[in-house]
Amino acid sequence: MRYSYYPGCTLKTSAAVLEESALNAAKALGIELVEQEEWQCCGAVFPLATDEIASFLSSVRSLDAARSAGEKLVTICAACHHVIKRANHVIQSDGEVRDKVNNYLELDNYYSGQGEAIHYLEMLRDDLGFDKLAEQVKEPLTGRKIAAYYGCLLLRPAKVMQFDDAEDPSIMEDYLSALGATPVEYPYRTECCGVYLSVNNEEIAAGMVKKIINSARRSGAEAIVNACPLCHYNLLELQDKTPQGEPVLPVYYFTELLEEALGVKREVEEKTR
Amino acid sequence: MRRIGVFICWCGANIAGTVDIEKVVEESKKIPGVAYAGEYRYMCSEIGQDMIRDTIIEQNLDRVVVAACSPRMHEPTFRRAAESAGLNPYLVQMANIREHCSWVHKDEEEATRKAVALVRTAVAKASRSVELFSQEIPVERRALVLGGGIAGIQAALDIADAGYEVDLVEKSPTIGGRMAQLDKTFPTLDCSACILTPKMVDASSHPNINLFTWSEVEQVEGYVGNFTVTIRKKARFVDEEKCTGCGDCFEKCPSKVDSEFDEGLVQRKAIYVPFPQAVPNVPVIDKENCRWFVKEKCRVCEKVCEAEAVDLEQEDELLEKRYGAVVVATGFDVLGLEEFGEFNYGKHPDIITSLEFERLVNASGPTGGKLLRPSNQEPPRNVVFVQCVGSRDKSRGKPYCSKICCMYTAKHTVLLKEKYPQSQAYVFYIDVRTGGKDFEEFHRRAVEENDAIYLRGQVGKVFPEGDKLLVEGVDSLSGKTVQIEADMVVLAAAMVPRTDAPEIARLLTLGTDAHSFFTEAHPKLRPVETHSAGVFLAGACQGPKDIPEAVAQASGSASKALGILSKETLLSDPCVSKVDESLCTGCLMCIDVCPYHAITEKTIEEKVHGEVVKRVVAEVNEAVCQGCGACSVACRPGAMNVKGFSNEQILAEVDAVCL
Repeated sequence: MRYSYYPGCTLKTSAAVLEESALNAAKALGIELVEQEEWQCCGAVFPLATDEIASFLSSVRSLDAARSAGEKLVTICAACHHVIKRANHVIQSDGEVRDKVNNYLELDNYYSGQGEAIHYLEMLRDDLGFDKLAEQVKEPLTGRKIAAYYGCLLLRPAKVMQFDDAEDPSIMEDYLSALGATPVEYPYRTECCGVYLSVNNEEIAAGMVKKIINSARRSGAEAIVNACPLCHYNLLELQDKTPQGEPVLPVYYFTELLEEALGVKREVEEKTR
Repeated sequence: MRRIGVFICWCGANIAGTVDIEKVVEESKKIPGVAYAGEYRYMCSEIGQDMIRDTIIEQNLDRVVVAACSPRMHEPTFRRAAESAGLNPYLVQMANIREHCSWVHKDEEEATRKAVALVRTAVAKASRSVELFSQEIPVERRALVLGGGIAGIQAALDIADAGYEVDLVEKSPTIGGRMAQLDKTFPTLDCSACILTPKMVDASSHPNINLFTWSEVEQVEGYVGNFTVTIRKKARFVDEEKCTGCGDCFEKCPSKVDSEFDEGLVQRKAIYVPFPQAVPNVPVIDKENCRWFVKEKCRVCEKVCEAEAVDLEQEDELLEKRYGAVVVATGFDVLGLEEFGEFNYGKHPDIITSLEFERLVNASGPTGGKLLRPSNQEPPRNVVFVQCVGSRDKSRGKPYCSKICCMYTAKHTVLLKEKYPQSQAYVFYIDVRTGGKDFEEFHRRAVEENDAIYLRGQVGKVFPEGDKLLVEGVDSLSGKTVQIEADMVVLAAAMVPRTDAPEIARLLTLGTDAHSFFTEAHPKLRPVETHSAGVFLAGACQGPKDIPEAVAQASGSASKALGILSKETLLSDPCVSKVDESLCTGCLMCIDVCPYHAITEKTIEEKVHGEVVKRVVAEVNEAVCQGCGACSVACRPGAMNVKGFSNEQILAEVDAVCL
């Protein structure tokens, strides 16, 4: 299996461990993720202004490049995936934006939304199949009680993202089951992590994180996994700490457990996490 | 040369306010063939009609154009006026200069120019119109009522009381429908069963009503006055004549399955009577869940039946029946809540729908009327009611208001308080809508006397926490989020048509809206008729409705059906399709496009160069044809013409409007 791969900025900096573990695991699974040449920042936040096209250009360039290569475009960062998938939807549904973007980019072929952006998890679920994934697990995470945290970017808006049931998703739990872990379902797994409030109103964000962490702990979780660098930051930094300064509930990227289960875990320096 | 009269109506200021009537009269006089043009303030008034009649005679007119409102309003009026002057009524043509002109334009000059063009168009059509004559069709003076809920029962009783025979066909094993599942009814708190069961018994014992329960309509053919309907009487596997209703069979039956009547809260047997007051009180075997039919083992019911009524060899029966009119009353379902994951419905026994709540408070329900939490059989203290689950929700549910939820939820809060005075009801709502006689008063009673706490806002999450349910929502009036520890959460799921509504619509050629509710012929003035003549609607199959509305509509449908049954013959509308056999090539495209199955093929013999040649042409059953014109559009050689709307007439109109 070969895919075009769009990393995004965060995966090259603060969330390097997400990229490294994802690529390492993909290699073990025989999946080739080819990083796109000269990819640009996705813009980080999906633009809601209807009269500007600049923020769609990067997404469309990447989508078009993948389409030209005859490959699906795989993303790992939830934020990048969100922006690219929604930009593609706008291109598919809004003729005016589509024309303007094409006029500006002057691509070899008119791009009308034929490209397909999928998240790494979707690649595992829909292309590889969780059943096939389970067959490749060498060190199953038997007995590990793991809580999946979804955040919002992968799920909503549900009609555009088409990732899973936004109110009652199951892809991460199914994924954890495939790795041999025991997924812990808890009520707050789809609640908001506080997003950028951690920058200007940390107290509110911390309250939201506390709810999530407490809910997961009460349901018996011994760790929490997620797919979004911002959720990861908030969940890790804003939760209560033990007297020793350790987080009360460890937070991992979903790919870290994948590496482990596939038996290809690397030594990771604690600060890159 | 034709002698066409043009009559232009002011409709008070409705038309004259934007159209220069004098100018239209003047211009009309210039149109070739127009012998007379005049105006009057209200052409539909008695004076206006007299004017038309007298002018036809005085001016010796042979065609009439009335420029006024939509033909839907007054075409029959003006046709009658012309007829009284001895003119064939189908020689009257209307130009709609109100809805199509004065009401939609502001500029007088523009509107006047358009009014003149519309008159010119109508004159062009009228000059090519021919005399048409209605035919008499005999009427089969029996009625079919589809659906045995309260609407169907009421329609059947009304028709039967008027002296006509009715077949009442019900899909499930008993009549009674949704109303039989309810506990009390708003706003009077009458016991639902107490007012319904006498009607069920009346229906079953009425000499003019034949009950066909456990039966479905399989095929419908024919037309108003003469429907031929195939009914599948599903095998009950119990002989209705022999069965004494003792109940030994379902006592001993070993197979259990969720009870539809109790909304899956308890189980029933594979041989069962849905509820004790069922009519007929004869069990039925549900083949899918019966051990004998699934595994070919058991036959316990047969062994224990002393009356020897169980007959496992029984087969479905197909009955062919004829009717003059049909009342459709197929009722409603509750929206499935799979899309609404935030409520966790189906994942916790104390999260229920309002219909399940009805069963839980009902004396004949699974808890004998003691309202208990399904999880632990203890009385609930805090109960959260959520309104508009799937209603008024464009993104995941239905955009419409289900209409009855505000009232039944008010009723539920009152019932809860009656059973447990210490309890507390919370109601999350978007708006409280209590339009109806004594409805608002009832709702205020729930709030003021029963202390139900109404929170304007929606619920974002329901999840179990210990042995309670945590409900997180927002109170939009205070702008605060609310968290309630509840013992039970009751979801007012949207009302939707029965899942087989599209199939029924296909059988009877009914229109449906985007949600599969059947469409009435006119939303205001023909609320029980459909576009299929002789087929009428009653109850929630047409749109969300409460009991009194369903009953009123049922009686309305019955009286419309009686309007047909009380006649020995009906006059057909002559504006139907006609085949010009000399042009028809026998391609039979018209058969495929006809929504009413009115066209068939036939073989004709012709003499060509002295030889007799056989060929196939289309044939229209004029009694079935509704004059929609689909065949005329599809017909390549132009052999199909709708009388009164011939190709020649339409093209003349197009030419005239393009002048």
